[in-house]
Amino acid sequence: MQWLNAVIQGVLLGGLYALLAAGLSLMFGVMRIVNLAHGVLAIVAAYIGLVFVENVGISPFLAIVLVVPIMALVGYLLQWGLLNRAISKGGLAPLLVTFGLAVVLTQLLQERFTADTQAIQIGALGTDSITISDNISIGLFPLMTFVVGVLVIAALQLFISKAPLGRAMRATSDDVDTVMLMGIDNRQVYALSTALALATVGLAGMFIGMRTQFSPTFGDAMLIFAFEAVIIGGLGSLWGTLAGGMVLGIAQTIGAQVNPSYGVLFGHLVFLAILAFRPTGLLPKAVTA
Amino acid sequence: MTEPIVHPGVVHPHVKVRRATKSSWGGLAVVIPVLVILAAGPYIIDRGMQQSLVTLFTLIVLGTMWNLLAGYGGMVSIGQQAYIGIGAYGLVYIADVIGLDPFLAVPVAVVVAGILSLPISFLAFRLSGGYFAIGTWVIAEVLKLITTQIPALGGGSGISLTAFSDFSPGRRIAYVYWLSLAAVVIAVAVTYWIMRSRLGLGFTAIRDDAVAAASLGVRVTRSKRFVFVIAAMGSALAGGMIAANTLRVTPDSVYSVSYSAFMIFIVVIGGIGTIEGPIVGAIVFFGLQQWLSDLGSWYLIIIGVLAIVITLFLPKGLWGLISGNGRIRLFPVGYRLESPLERFSLAAKAAAPKE
Repeated sequence: MQWLNAVIQGVLLGGLYALLAAGLSLMFGVMRIVNLAHGVLAIVAAYIGLVFVENVGISPFLAIVLVVPIMALVGYLLQWGLLNRAISKGGLAPLLVTFGLAVVLTQLLQERFTADTQAIQIGALGTDSITISDNISIGLFPLMTFVVGVLVIAALQLFISKAPLGRAMRATSDDVDTVMLMGIDNRQVYALSTALALATVGLAGMFIGMRTQFSPTFGDAMLIFAFEAVIIGGLGSLWGTLAGGMVLGIAQTIGAQVNPSYGVLFGHLVFLAILAFRPTGLLPKAVTA
Repeated sequence: MTEPIVHPGVVHPHVKVRRATKSSWGGLAVVIPVLVILAAGPYIIDRGMQQSLVTLFTLIVLGTMWNLLAGYGGMVSIGQQAYIGIGAYGLVYIADVIGLDPFLAVPVAVVVAGILSLPISFLAFRLSGGYFAIGTWVIAEVLKLITTQIPALGGGSGISLTAFSDFSPGRRIAYVYWLSLAAVVIAVAVTYWIMRSRLGLGFTAIRDDAVAAASLGVRVTRSKRFVFVIAAMGSALAGGMIAANTLRVTPDSVYSVSYSAFMIFIVVIGGIGTIEGPIVGAIVFFGLQQWLSDLGSWYLIIIGVLAIVITLFLPKGLWGLISGNGRIRLFPVGYRLESPLERFSLAAKAAAPKE
């Protein structure tokens, strides 16, 4: 029963990882760039939320409503100011720029907030749970996170396949030159894609901040987990990313069940096993994203 | 129409193919005296200064190896700390536990890192671009977590290097200094040799057009794997230098992703894709680190911003600026044509559109 409990907790954790990974997957899908500052940006969102809750004194859920548009704006400006230029340089430039950004942001957070761990307090919601049997209980907040993760993935999938902007994003991903001939400004599509990606990052960052303790260097692990969810699930598929997040979550909770210090290591090993034996991931290229 | 007779190795009877230029002979005239002066270091400068220079030499080796990987091989890795860790822990384990002479333990650890990097490359090469970068990082994290679980290596709290306790501190520091200087010479010489060889020519072709290069018989994956292994060995050498200089290794310090940040910033600031660039970059990085040391982590923020600005506005880095976009070459790896028609070809070059 302990093991079943670990699997259930892993699935719930996977929802959070999928939420975190959706933005990474989206930016790669549209622009073919891997944003190495992805994890740090989630932690930046958590710190912005922390400031709203602790210093301004609003409720964490109201803070989410503020943090998500702020991060979307950050994404829009980031793309116009930095990343569009990096993409036009081609080659290694986008990677080098986003890596530099990740280091700079981590250090700035450390200067402003110190290296101590912090958490966004959510009161009783953090400990409430639904008891199913003696050994199995589902935390209300992890369940909420999971539901939000699944909803965001579903909404993104719907947006990309149906909305006009989603169509433009897919078209830009397929053939930039033709899209430009059709009168679409690819830089604008890129900026809106990054805005959308960072909105999901903002949401993910808030949920991370409310769920666990975080510190400025926590972004490193967040980038790695998001990446593992994307690769395990298969490139180019948002549903795959959800599956990948769950596999990673289950691997980590089972590992932690074996030995508390094995959690993260088990996740990495499952990722490496997928890479070795099924490098296209679990659900590759179901739908272009 | 008669075809001109082509002699192997001769481009045209009136044209000479040259590699070295006046600037590279002049460069040699600078490099050799500098090396001689540096080699005399332990007789001239105090121990603290020698230890600082070992740090600089380590940065040069790390930058040179990362440039080989990314600047020539096109592989952006943020997981080279995996091999720094293997080199550092390898030195401690081989010298202290097995009992080999520490100066012999360093090359053995380097070879071990090279052997381990080969199977790792098969995993990492399943990914490309940015995903390759994060994949190498995951592999480094796995090695760190495994190291933490090994009691013989001190677990999470690390282990001290005691093999040097037979030496007096002055002797040890001098020997480590010479070892590190030799490491710099080896790293730069190996890179120079690779880039002047057939392999280097292949990399230039891959950089320009991977598909065309492959169709002409350049073995793209094999060349990349070779460079991956060499870069792993070079990073392990740097790891050995770090352990010998600090005498203490912990998983969090030697497997730190900060080393990858240092390497990337050094190469980007100095100039990616040149042999001179990482040397210039390491000196600038080291200088800023020393100069801004009172400001805490601000030095890394300033260097990071500098690296972003250079990537976007000065892609050839500081060395590109110093050398006038490659006119001065201390380490010539390309070929130059010299002919009576040179003036004509120069005029044609000036008229040609800029790349």
